[in-house]
Amino acid sequence: MNWRARRTPRASNHPRLRSAGSGRSSLAPRNPVIPIPTVTTSPLLQVREVSKHFPGVQALDRVSLDLHAGEVLAVVGENGAGKSTLMKILAGIHRPDHGEILWQGQVCHFTRVGDALQRGICLIHQELNLAENLSISANLFLGRETVWGGALRFLRQRAMDRETRERLQQLGLDCDPRVTVETLTTGQRQMVEIARALAMNARILIMDEPTSSLSQRETEVLYEVVDRLKQQGVAIVYISHRLAEVQRLADRVVVLRDGRNAGALNKNEISHANLVRLMVGRELQQFFHKPPTSPPTAGTPRLEVRNLLYEKGPHTPVSFQIYPGEIVGMAGLVGAGRTELAEALFGIRRVSAGEVLLDGRPVQLRSPEEAIAAGVILAPEDRRYHGLVLQNSIRGNIGLPNLDRLSFLRLVARRREANLARAMCKTLAVRTPSIRQEVGLLSGGNQQKVVLAKWLARKPHLLILDEPTRGIDVGAKSEIYGLMGQLASKGMAILMISSDLEEILNMSDRVLVLHEGELTGTLRRDQLSEEAIMHLATGGQGAP
Amino acid sequence: MTLLTWGIGLLVLMALAVAGMLLVKDKEMRRVFGIFLLVLVLYGMIGLSNPAARTLVNHQRLSERLVWYGILTIGAGVLIISGGIDLSIGSVFCLSAVSFALLLSKGWASPLAIVVIVAGAALIGVLHGLLVTRLRLQPFIVTLCGLFIWRGIAYWLTLPDPLAPVRGLIRFVSFGTLFTNAVTTTGSASNVGIGERSQELKGLIDLATGYPDWPAVAHIPVLGWVTSLPYRFWLLVLVAGLIGVLLHASVYGRYLYAVGANEQAARYAGVPTERYKILAYVICSVLAAVAGMLQLLELQTVSPSSGGSWYELYAITGAVLGGCSLRGGEGTVIGMLLGAAILPLLRNLCNFSGLPDDLEFTVIGVSLLLGTIADELLKRRAAARA
Repeated sequence: MNWRARRTPRASNHPRLRSAGSGRSSLAPRNPVIPIPTVTTSPLLQVREVSKHFPGVQALDRVSLDLHAGEVLAVVGENGAGKSTLMKILAGIHRPDHGEILWQGQVCHFTRVGDALQRGICLIHQELNLAENLSISANLFLGRETVWGGALRFLRQRAMDRETRERLQQLGLDCDPRVTVETLTTGQRQMVEIARALAMNARILIMDEPTSSLSQRETEVLYEVVDRLKQQGVAIVYISHRLAEVQRLADRVVVLRDGRNAGALNKNEISHANLVRLMVGRELQQFFHKPPTSPPTAGTPRLEVRNLLYEKGPHTPVSFQIYPGEIVGMAGLVGAGRTELAEALFGIRRVSAGEVLLDGRPVQLRSPEEAIAAGVILAPEDRRYHGLVLQNSIRGNIGLPNLDRLSFLRLVARRREANLARAMCKTLAVRTPSIRQEVGLLSGGNQQKVVLAKWLARKPHLLILDEPTRGIDVGAKSEIYGLMGQLASKGMAILMISSDLEEILNMSDRVLVLHEGELTGTLRRDQLSEEAIMHLATGGQGAP
Repeated sequence: MTLLTWGIGLLVLMALAVAGMLLVKDKEMRRVFGIFLLVLVLYGMIGLSNPAARTLVNHQRLSERLVWYGILTIGAGVLIISGGIDLSIGSVFCLSAVSFALLLSKGWASPLAIVVIVAGAALIGVLHGLLVTRLRLQPFIVTLCGLFIWRGIAYWLTLPDPLAPVRGLIRFVSFGTLFTNAVTTTGSASNVGIGERSQELKGLIDLATGYPDWPAVAHIPVLGWVTSLPYRFWLLVLVAGLIGVLLHASVYGRYLYAVGANEQAARYAGVPTERYKILAYVICSVLAAVAGMLQLLELQTVSPSSGGSWYELYAITGAVLGGCSLRGGEGTVIGMLLGAAILPLLRNLCNFSGLPDDLEFTVIGVSLLLGTIADELLKRRAAARA
């Protein structure tokens, strides 16, 4: 019996009944020696001319792709290019309007998620689908619990815990299967999702931006897991915005643009330039807009932080300065306390000791209102949750923090609000049919522009950007970099928190590196290198 | 009014509602037109079922009922928009009515009594708000406790004092008797009345129960009807107008919507979110107290056991029928008024169509369910068509 046949679940068996009937047997072969599958000419899955229309948008327009067992196929494209829709069709969440999907050469129709799951197609979604208040093992076995006692269906809790622990260990995660998922980090949760997919005998694993919220170390672990799964013959569809990781992982790349096939690249053709050219349909002249010279770090700093201690921060005080016109990057691993420090500067976290000086004058920022009044602005990391009121219009969102200047006797001056929104949309090139458009319906890049618009209307002195380009497509990224360069050249001080090393290296005049809340080092532009940052970010002292 | 003019007027309004639903782009306004159409259909059914339903008297009765429901619904609606919920509306309603009666029976001047009751209700709202914002308790639980506590206090306030059997029921039966020195025999020991013959309160009671009388305009078709609506209907219009300006035109309203739709985003935008959440609780409790006082003046009696019971649910029902989403951040004052109108219309429908009164709750429940289903289906159709 070859590998493929053994792994295929029997189609007639409902997953729940299967594990109920043979609780022991599903646990039996734990570490099967899996032969590397022979490269077959026929693809595992073929997508042929699939189209899908959504209200107001042709999400997919005759898209085709092939997927072979044991390969990593990267699907890239700007936001709104149709990647997620395509993946949802593969996972049986959406049904295509036209076109067909061939499973091992035969046409099949996925009418519900169960159909895709039965064939071993698992989607690991951007927003993870775990029940947070249930234990890891309960999540792993959700819907296919191992039971005994026939119709009484008692749980074999210990057996499930044991299998969970082993499966997690295979993925390099060592934790108690009984702890609830809410205690895990995003990276750990992702591993739990992968483990769950593997426990369901996944043959195709679809990963939608898996590393978008992982730390560097977790990302490395994920790469290893992807490599291992590939060797085991699992086909992986990998969606990503990070071109570097596409280069690292992918065997082939399919590029989508505006819901159509824009091209495909084989492993030896994958390069940053090729990817960007296919994604945007033109050569990007200059990706990072940054003047070559840094502004002088002399005179009165725009922001000076002296021996700052804050709520739930580190025990050692933090001190640093930012000068007018500077873009200061703040690097560190996820959980290094960068967001927390930003929140302390913005008055969301209580400051317990130390001084904050703006343009040489000491200020006390105890709430966002006070920070905003003092000219300090924070564009938060999670724009959908902290930065925007998604169901409101662009106008409402841009107006919200500016109502003090857009009102008369506390009544909203609607026309002035609309004018401001229109002007800001124009300067920031927000692509939208109207300022009455619901913000939740915009693409990630345009949403981020709206976040910036609502703050830039206040002409801040210090702009704190937390992950300004996360989940944003290449074109919009370039525009946001351009905007940052422009603002800095006009004398605004910018503090940019980012997990994207490329962005840190190319946009910063100086870089502050944090490790577990402590400032482990400051790097000037001429000292910047990936190694130097990682050295400090992992707790190293001095020069590497 | 003849059936013909009535019918033509109704059809014109229905056409307006349909046109609004089809033509207006704003999602929220479209929903308001939808609710308007529903109200008109209900109203039409009542009018066709019985000619008596088309008389001025019935319209006056409808508008009377709309006043309580409307005021309560607007309070609940503002709170729901800000992302909260209040289950204690009926209890606050009852407690205000009871304490208003007690203050009046002790001879307090009515304006002073009103100010004290409103301040007390505001305090209750502040308390709810502080518990929700500072201690981060769930609104549902805080106000569920309020539901018991405030009604419990209302019971306690109306306890017969130890001397009651001796003094008769003087303190609790009728405030009017204190002035006429005649013991009335109506009402039980736990009922607090303010009496019918009090001269001091005549103006206030007139305002709460009276109708304007302008013979000069009475014969003019529409104006004559409008001018013969009760005074308190105009109180509702005033409240709706004030809250409408607050919600839809002022900075406060913007912040209330933002807090309800995404509290974190509002906080990051520099909105003092806690203050606005507390404000919403205060508005809700104060409007409940206003409705309670109004009902006391109208019925001139209040029982701590039945006064205002179920009203929180009526208010929430009205707000939801009127387009407020329990997720917060959605809803309009016009919608709330229309939603509030559905409940008295349903009761009216029961009366005129010969449905037994006992089925009233069932009818309310079924229509809330149907309204929700229709709303969901329309939303899906709109999404598919867009």
